[in-house]
Amino acid sequence: MFSQTLAVTMINLRSIPQRWALSLATIFSIALVVAVLLGFLAMANGFRATLSSTGSDDVAVMLRGGSQAELNSGLSRDDQRIVAEAPGIARDAAGEPIVSGELYVIVDGIKRSSRTEANLPLRGVGPLAATLRADYQIVEGRAFEPGSNELVVGQSVQREFSGFDLGQVIRLGTNEWVVVGVFSTGGSVFESEIWADIGTIQNLYQRGTAIQSIRARMTSADAIEGLEAFIENEPRLNLDVTNEAEYYADQAGGTSDLIMFLGWPLAIAMAIGALAGAWNTMYSSVDTRMKEIATLRAIGFAGSSAAIGTMVESMILAVIGGLVGAVAVFLIFDGISASTLGGGFTQVVFSFAVTADAIINGIVLALIIGFAGSIFPAIRAARIPLLAVHRA
Amino acid sequence: MTALYTLTDLSKKYTRGKETLTIFEELNMTIDQGDFISIMGPSGSGKTTLLNLLGGIDRPSSGAVDCEGVRVDKLSEGKLAKWRSAHVGFIFQFYNLMPMLSAAQNVELPLLLTSLSSKERKKRVETALDIVGILDRKGHRPAQLSGGQQQRVGIARAVVADPKVLLCDEPTGDLDRATADEVLETLQLLNRELNKTIVMVTHDPAAAGYASRQLHLDKGRFVEREAV
Ligand SMILES: Nc1ncnc2c1ncn2[C@@H]1O[C@H](COP(=O)(O)OP(=O)(O)OP(=O)(O)O)[C@@H](O)[C@H]1O
Ligand SMILES: [Mg+2]
Repeated sequence: MFSQTLAVTMINLRSIPQRWALSLATIFSIALVVAVLLGFLAMANGFRATLSSTGSDDVAVMLRGGSQAELNSGLSRDDQRIVAEAPGIARDAAGEPIVSGELYVIVDGIKRSSRTEANLPLRGVGPLAATLRADYQIVEGRAFEPGSNELVVGQSVQREFSGFDLGQVIRLGTNEWVVVGVFSTGGSVFESEIWADIGTIQNLYQRGTAIQSIRARMTSADAIEGLEAFIENEPRLNLDVTNEAEYYADQAGGTSDLIMFLGWPLAIAMAIGALAGAWNTMYSSVDTRMKEIATLRAIGFAGSSAAIGTMVESMILAVIGGLVGAVAVFLIFDGISASTLGGGFTQVVFSFAVTADAIINGIVLALIIGFAGSIFPAIRAARIPLLAVHRA
Repeated sequence: MTALYTLTDLSKKYTRGKETLTIFEELNMTIDQGDFISIMGPSGSGKTTLLNLLGGIDRPSSGAVDCEGVRVDKLSEGKLAKWRSAHVGFIFQFYNLMPMLSAAQNVELPLLLTSLSSKERKKRVETALDIVGILDRKGHRPAQLSGGQQQRVGIARAVVADPKVLLCDEPTGDLDRATADEVLETLQLLNRELNKTIVMVTHDPAAAGYASRQLHLDKGRFVEREAV
């Protein structure tokens, strides 16, 4: 049974050149489906990777109770002062608790690629903000002077948005700023932000002494529980506490799920189209070989070998298509950077990540298309009347 | 002589709507082991149909096709396929070779249904190609061979698994006289030297002359002529 199926498969494959245009179209359509799917998966994975590389376990993020994201939160200097007394907060060399009150406003930037406006987060920070980001580093220029209208820009923002060259004056809203430095944070989402002095921003945006989030470095990840208990027992505070890693993982979840929910249905809709193509190709493969299949049957080959040969041919075309799609996506997309709306309605710059898992998903989808598209042609192949041997 | 085939009250009818087309009715005949039979007759008289019934690629409307005690007409599809592979070699007017396979690969096809090792298969293929005289063309594809050469490959494929009977439907119908004679001589050799039973349908009286028994099929009846 094996050798006859193998022989039928060989005959099928070797006759592909007779149907090269159709076969090529099938390969191409399956490649396209897999490329679309992998494109979306790469986007979702890249987005997730960026956000999940953001945040440390031992940094507590505090927002006003129920606000969920920094943008919706509102806190006061008093909140920060009380939190600084909490147990388990790490202290710097000078013995000061490492607590940073931060302001988070949205400004318009111009994307280099499309020349369109997009939201960028402008974060107002004090001197301890940098200490709270593990890999924070000024890679060009210098830090801003407190109280000035100078800003430093994240690497990703500088790459994706225009006007942030070092030394340049940039107008954000009604205010003018001087770009004095570029910083990196090891690929995390902070690189998609602009930082400036919190006092200056409070002035320019008439926020008084208000802040939106408080970050605190804890002596250990476990110390966050103690902080939670402290806040719960402190009637003057109404704060939600999460560790920073979890905070960004939650933010990533929504958007990358959204990307997946867009990607899979689109890929499946296209897969149905590709399936029709595969079906047509395989019918034509069976039809052009009718006499040959009947001859093999007359010789004594089983109908099932004709059927299996048809399915194998289809699945081989599908796998080739899948691999072409995967290689194309890998070459075109892997590592290129893009930006999209993050959890807080601001742009997050991230890199497409074509993962092995996604490629396996793509190839499996291709195989399903090849398999499903060959079922009916295979049945037809098995049922070709033996009398077709006499066809001219 | 022992009978290889016994056909009893064989009939074949086609119904198209309300019309019934009777190809033959209550046909009785025996084919002996080692016979070389030619069947002639007008177009549409049922010659090909008869070969199909003998070869188990079609079933009679009624009656029995008995081959060495096996009721061929009663075998299930699966058993019939096995029976064909072991007992029958088909030779077609248009050769029915696989265009993408070499001569040797075409000849090897029936052996893929056996348990022979690839070494044994190779040996058998070469023997078969040698008998029909085109061993030197074993690597060629059908398109690289002349009609006569292709038919020789077809004959080699039919005999390679060593069946008892060869069923030939106008094996020289597409060949010129000289080439046809060569092919017919090969069939005669297979009949005489290897004792293959041959049933050959032909329109060509000269081809029929190679047979030891000449039958004429007309209006569902056989008329026998003594071979000269
Ligand atoms: N599947 C079918 N349905 C209906 N009629 C058929 C079918 N197959 C064959 N016939 C009819 O049966 C008759 C015998 O056909 P067959 O092919 O056996 O003739 P033949 O003697 O081989 O003719 P030829 O010399 O032209 O090859 C013809 O009239 C043909 O039209
Ligand atoms: Mg005929």
